[in-house]
Amino acid sequence: MEAKVITITSGKGGVGKTTATANIAAALATDGKRVVCIDADIGLRNLDVVLGLENRIVYDLVDVVEGRCRLRQAMIRDKRLPELFLIPAAQTRDKSAVTPSDMVRLCDELRPDFDYILVDSPAGIERGFRNAIAPADIVIVITNPEVSAVRDADRIIGMIEAEEKGPARLIINRIKPEMVRRGDMLATNDVLELLAIELIGIIPDDENVVMSTNRGLPISMDGKSKAGQAFRNIACRINGEQVPFMDLEKRDGFFGKLSRMIRPGGA
Amino acid sequence: MSSLWDRITGRDRRSASQAKERLKLVLIHDRTDLSPATMQSLKDDLITVISRHVSIDPEAVRIEMSQEGREQRLIADIPIRPAQRRRAG
Repeated sequence: MEAKVITITSGKGGVGKTTATANIAAALATDGKRVVCIDADIGLRNLDVVLGLENRIVYDLVDVVEGRCRLRQAMIRDKRLPELFLIPAAQTRDKSAVTPSDMVRLCDELRPDFDYILVDSPAGIERGFRNAIAPADIVIVITNPEVSAVRDADRIIGMIEAEEKGPARLIINRIKPEMVRRGDMLATNDVLELLAIELIGIIPDDENVVMSTNRGLPISMDGKSKAGQAFRNIACRINGEQVPFMDLEKRDGFFGKLSRMIRPGGA
Repeated sequence: MSSLWDRITGRDRRSASQAKERLKLVLIHDRTDLSPATMQSLKDDLITVISRHVSIDPEAVRIEMSQEGREQRLIADIPIRPAQRRRAG
């Protein structure tokens, strides 16, 4: 086994990096792949709560880097998905506690034992971002169909190219099909035309994401939600399968409308 | 909601298309670090240099930024005035 390192980044905060990392990791692990997630957001860790593993942290990334524990001791195994592991970020330190070469060394040590190493990048374009992309084989940029998120995505895509980690792939998150339909939200094609990189996933805005995050249970493990399906599709594409993109912009039929009335946020 | 009249006359510009147009311009600026003011002074300099060699109409000169994938390109369209024909005889 020789793991691929995939870094998920965005520039702007709050667009869904951590949720995407958790869900893609869970979907890959459900598919039987051996996956380890690294939370590179030192000082603002969150991947642990999104994955529901916050009560099991003993050691963290900085403990490994500073030699207080062995790499294996900092890896938390997800009991629901035995192929999924997490290396949490330190909460009481800052980004400078880790260097880009520390990240490369750490990932190289993990590579023989895994299929995928997913790195959750912090927001911003500083040290934390550079730490996160240093070990990457593939960089995924996540954005929302909004002016500020698209602008920051463009900036980060340029920086990924400058670091010779490109071309980045794109996830567009929190698409509201109803707003796109009436021309009040950038459509997938608009964002693609502006950013001019390859699309790897589109995710609809889905209340179930908040609900599953409340429970610490990745939504990609929920068989019924649309967002969960979208994350599973991304995992398939990472695995090299050809999966058509969901048609989020088509008009709901009568039954679609009815089911939304009965089960809001579902369908 | 906009009125039917606004829609017919095209005065109703949906917010998504405004977002796209605004982003196009912002991204050009972000990617190239060329402000509209810099573009103007570039255009003025080009006109000066080219006029030294060939007769052009400064009003007709167009300098535009075009995007090909993630590559920005500066396109200059400079029509040349026809050469004054010497009258025979």
